[in-house]
Amino acid sequence: MAEADAAVVRNEETEEEEQVVNPWEVSAGKGGIDYDKLVDQFGCQRLDDALVARVARLTSRPPHRFLRRGLFFAHRDLNEILDLYEKGERFYLYTGRGPSSEALHLGHLIPFMFTKYLQDAFKVPLVIQLTDDEKFLWKNLTVEESKRLARENAKDIIACGFDVERTFIFSDFNYVGGAFYENMVKVARCVTYNKVVGIFGFTPEDHIGKVSFPPVQAVPSFPSSFPHLFSGNDQLRCLIPCAIDQDPYFRMTRDVAPRIGYQKPSLIESRFFPALQGENTKMSASDPNSAIYVTDSAKEIKTKVNKYAFSGGRDSVELHRKLGANLDVDVPVKYLNFFLEDDNELEHIKKEYKEGRMLTGEVKQRLITVLSELVARHQRARAKVTEEMVDAFMAVRPLPNMFG
Amino acid sequence: MAYTKEQLLARLQELNVDFSCYDHPVVLTVEEQAKYVGHLGGALSKNLLLKDKKHRLYIVSALSATKVDMKILSQRLGLGKGGLRMAPEESLLEVLHVPLGCVTPFALINESASAVSLLLDQGFKSKQSCYFHPLTNDVTIALSSNNLDKFLMSIGRQPAYVDLEASPVVGKDSPPDLADLVPSGVPNSSEPIKNVTPTNVPRQNDVPKEKTSLPEVKAKPKVQNKGAEKTQSKIPSNGTNVEKFVNDVFDIMCPLFLSEVSKKLNIKQEELSSILDGFKEQATPDLESVTTSLKNAAYTAGFEAGSETMLNSGLKGRPSRNPRGGHIHENGPHLTIVCSLFRPSPPPPPFPRRAWLLPPAAAADDGTW
Repeated sequence: MAEADAAVVRNEETEEEEQVVNPWEVSAGKGGIDYDKLVDQFGCQRLDDALVARVARLTSRPPHRFLRRGLFFAHRDLNEILDLYEKGERFYLYTGRGPSSEALHLGHLIPFMFTKYLQDAFKVPLVIQLTDDEKFLWKNLTVEESKRLARENAKDIIACGFDVERTFIFSDFNYVGGAFYENMVKVARCVTYNKVVGIFGFTPEDHIGKVSFPPVQAVPSFPSSFPHLFSGNDQLRCLIPCAIDQDPYFRMTRDVAPRIGYQKPSLIESRFFPALQGENTKMSASDPNSAIYVTDSAKEIKTKVNKYAFSGGRDSVELHRKLGANLDVDVPVKYLNFFLEDDNELEHIKKEYKEGRMLTGEVKQRLITVLSELVARHQRARAKVTEEMVDAFMAVRPLPNMFG
Repeated sequence: MAYTKEQLLARLQELNVDFSCYDHPVVLTVEEQAKYVGHLGGALSKNLLLKDKKHRLYIVSALSATKVDMKILSQRLGLGKGGLRMAPEESLLEVLHVPLGCVTPFALINESASAVSLLLDQGFKSKQSCYFHPLTNDVTIALSSNNLDKFLMSIGRQPAYVDLEASPVVGKDSPPDLADLVPSGVPNSSEPIKNVTPTNVPRQNDVPKEKTSLPEVKAKPKVQNKGAEKTQSKIPSNGTNVEKFVNDVFDIMCPLFLSEVSKKLNIKQEELSSILDGFKEQATPDLESVTTSLKNAAYTAGFEAGSETMLNSGLKGRPSRNPRGGHIHENGPHLTIVCSLFRPSPPPPPFPRRAWLLPPAAAADDGTW
């Protein structure tokens, strides 16, 4: 209805601009992604400092650094969720992953790290969808391989530290059916072929599997899709942390929700995590040197950062001392923005680097330390995830303490 | 949306709160303030904004002559020794929306300050008129403690007066007397807690020795505090909370480390404790990670055991529960597998035994429940 159509119109209007953002393609014009334009184009709202402060106050803890630094920067109806939360009404979280490869990189971890923070801060349950069917439909994989990848990715997700008492992980091949499928069909009936073409860019040559997939990603936003968790609580609100390229799915979902008697899900959206080689695209699992993977060793991290991380420093030390670094394009500083916890240290580094007193090598060295710690911690946690643990997280079980 | 001084004063007038208002140049300290209003006969106040290690905030508002010992206050709040620090400047601006030198109980009119706890010097009660800044420090308002109470109650706060100079013993047998004034993190009002497991001890905020036998901290008669800061024991199962566990570990290790090292190396504990704070911040992510792994492994083991039990023996595999006293789940016939492998204390017996375990037939015939 309103939101989706408007987006269609805007998409057509901005076709001459070079920026393309949708769930299957992200590419920037010159100068990187224009997030302001994106927010306008999509019609979502900016997450301002007041909202961040409000989150901090409601959760009685400092806001996550992704919020402090504006990395999760846009939202839809987050205010409403907070209003309700303040009155004592809960909500649940929904996020997901398309398990296209075993290799997860740091960019994939970002929404999960943030979701974990949201779960701990608000003390709410979480459902995590592994869209193995989507990968089967879009990539050249067998069903068995998709399922296997889903389980492997589940282990990395579990290693992010989600609360087993509040988290339900499911894969589409395992879970679709019953109430979930009923909701899928309800959604499907409300979305015309023309609309999905407009939102997702399908062509007449695309097979019908693709065309009928979107409802699968939409319905986890509705609590009735999970009768073993939320039975009797049809109007429970849902908050979806995701990268902003997923917005089209949820625009569609939000349009449909009131028409089938459900609440619209709220969203909290992040910027893209830049590829090592520069801000122009998001990290790609198919180019190993574009990203730091969670399986990388300390040595590999060091090499990748030193060799491939795009630097905003100048060509010579003298020039650098004179002009300082260009922070707009410098990837190591952007990575530190995401991963260095200490605000003061980050500010110091940015200042010294921009004014030419700190060199690229030092900044990279600091980044290598930060990333190595993070990756090592993840690997240790990952090593402790067993098949039985995956079974437990994925079991269709009640979560009696999910709001506790 | 920060309140202005004008809005505050207008609110006081609406409430029929009797107050006097004095303008003066901007003052940043009590001494400076005294120069302008000290001669007028009222009682000057000093106001501190403090924070604890969990970033909860407290306004301590005292007569300027009252000695406030932060260490003692910290213990009385149940935060351990050295649990209270001066809050950073940003908190004044971001939470209280007041400038430097202007901490005042009146800042609580702001929504952003709803989780800030307020401790008032009981000495205010005996003064005819007490001086506070309204939200700026170029004005002082004078009012009685009764009128201050009127204002506080109008914004949903129960005034909490405390003898700030008292130093009661805090230990195993005498719980921290001000623990009720520690802000609770959970939003207040109607929590539909459906799945309460009565076997767990209700949680108290930061009582350092968790092995006390008392289930609740009784507030001293003078000190009441309802509203946003009350620590209601509404979270029944904190035995599986990873963050709390990690804090408990630090609470055990740090004081020991501090006292041992300070003795052996003859360094003051205060100097060490800031190093220790830094160390805690660094260690927390790893500690939380390994704790989560342990919790997951334990839950998984319980889940496996539960599944096997059901598969092999059905409902008979599990000891029966007293319909009166045990778990009552609103989900009815659903089998709930609750992994309660983490209990506060004492450690669980191998099988949960109940004294009234009867075979089903006997219960039905007997009918004397």
